[in-house]
Amino acid sequence: MNERSSTLVPFEDALTRYEPVMGLEVHVELNTATKMFCGCATAFGAEPNTQVCPVCLGLPGALPVVNEKAVESAIRIGLALNCEIAEWCRFARKNYFYPDMPKNFQTSQYDEPIAFDGWTEVEVDGEIFRIEIERAHMEEDTGKSLHVGGSTGRIHGASHSLLDYNRAGIPLIEIVTKPIEVPGDKAPAVARAYVNHLRDLMLALGVSDARMDQGSLRADVNLSLRPSGTTTFGTRSETKNVNSFRSVERAVRFEVSRHAGILDAGGSVVQETRHFHESDGSTSAGREKSDAEDYRYFPEPDLAPVAPSRAWVDELRATLPEPPAERRKRLQSEWGFSDLDMRDTVGAGALDLVAATIEAGASPAAAKKWWLGELARRSNEQGVDIAALPITPQQVAEIQSLIDAGRINDKLARSVFDGVLAGEGSAEEVVAARGLEVVSDDGALSAAVDQAIADNPDVADKIRGGKMQAAGALIGAVMKQMRGQADAARVRELILEKLS
Amino acid sequence: MSSSAISRDDVAHLASLARIDLSDDELDRLGAELPAILEHVKVVQQVAGDDVPPMSHPIPVANVFRADVPRPGLTPDEALAGAPASEEQRFLVPQILGEE
Ligand SMILES: [Zn+2]
Repeated sequence: MNERSSTLVPFEDALTRYEPVMGLEVHVELNTATKMFCGCATAFGAEPNTQVCPVCLGLPGALPVVNEKAVESAIRIGLALNCEIAEWCRFARKNYFYPDMPKNFQTSQYDEPIAFDGWTEVEVDGEIFRIEIERAHMEEDTGKSLHVGGSTGRIHGASHSLLDYNRAGIPLIEIVTKPIEVPGDKAPAVARAYVNHLRDLMLALGVSDARMDQGSLRADVNLSLRPSGTTTFGTRSETKNVNSFRSVERAVRFEVSRHAGILDAGGSVVQETRHFHESDGSTSAGREKSDAEDYRYFPEPDLAPVAPSRAWVDELRATLPEPPAERRKRLQSEWGFSDLDMRDTVGAGALDLVAATIEAGASPAAAKKWWLGELARRSNEQGVDIAALPITPQQVAEIQSLIDAGRINDKLARSVFDGVLAGEGSAEEVVAARGLEVVSDDGALSAAVDQAIADNPDVADKIRGGKMQAAGALIGAVMKQMRGQADAARVRELILEKLS
Repeated sequence: MSSSAISRDDVAHLASLARIDLSDDELDRLGAELPAILEHVKVVQQVAGDDVPPMSHPIPVANVFRADVPRPGLTPDEALAGAPASEEQRFLVPQILGEE
């Protein structure tokens, strides 16, 4: 550790003197049924070392064979990012000695990526930013280490480590951008929007679960600063495994502040790997690059080259989903959203959630109301991405259908959200278990209305005299008596019946 | 590799990448032996003319693929059978130092 104790410069202050340049490397774990080079299953959360074989354990004499579906997914991802697809490319061995890869190398691609020279567009605050894609290449995931004996499962102080190789060999696509040079104040939001956009793209392609919380989408944030108005890139830091969209944004902000502090003090930034800390949004030094970067890449002799025919590429091109920007335009007009509605929806990372909720039967207005109101608020409070909330679009649509059927009202719906989010079951089950249904029994309602009239004779007189707007006070009294569990429209009807 | 020159420092660097702990004597010896071996293998380069492209695979084939269909692998017991040590159905490895 050679942590400098330079002060952090506030982000906005740093931008008065420096411009950030970012590079984003995103790893996407494919959702194939089997691993990249062997027939082992890829289920998430399986018991340790139950999805392994001689190939992914690197046992002598094992022969890897490429998963065709993974290549297909890689090509489709490349095409969706407007990349060229290589006519011919090879895998390479990235040699390193670390127990997360039992082979002592990771099979990757080096100077012959399957896809290269692409671009994509992201939207921030209604403004479109073009992101250039350097490459997208195929590789395999590593095993999972469990460090034993250290204080917090960290490697420091651990007495030994335990390895589960279920994940070793699962297909990964690494997507690397060219340097991203956008106005500094937009940089954190552009980084976040880009990663969010990749997630949407992967889901639309159906090639990955793209869940940051489960590690099937992981972002590395490279960042450097240069004095405003200059063109030479500064030294970059590489913040690894930033595991939520919000964290991507925070990591960029933190590194801008940290680099500015070092540069202001006349120091120089060390090119190194850094770790992001969710707790306070800071990063800390990992290993320095210099000695670890020598991977001795060479072409993989056990695997035949991949040479996708142009016919195959064209066939795959025809399977691409609607590009996200066009889809947004189409959905906006179908839903009747204003530009602002749409921007808020996209900005909250809720576009697919709202779309799925509408598909499940809710109206566009209702879907927007819940996701951008109640659920966005909870995701902010809990500091988790909205898509990671333990509630599905189908459940949101179900809650809305209960409201539409008059069985619960908006206020009760909030309790239903509490229950569903707490894992108490479906909306129906929560309503039943928590006794949340509005009282539709006219007998009970009628008694409550009579009581309210008796308690408020002045108000009742006003209504008798034709002042219908006074009914609100009586409705309020009835709702209070029913502890909110009444259909306000029915209460109003009853009041007017009784007093007309 | 156009030149077979390999210094004692190169050997030390390769040894550290490969996590091989070499003594000074071993570094001296390998520093002398490895260049000789490379010199010997270099004969191959004389055979390959400009018209012979470098190859990474002995057979000129491409697109050798496998369908994405799961196949049974090893049981955890089989997988761990060759491991020097295991714990909680996982491979146990000694303390990992100098990383992270
Ligand atoms: Zn396997």
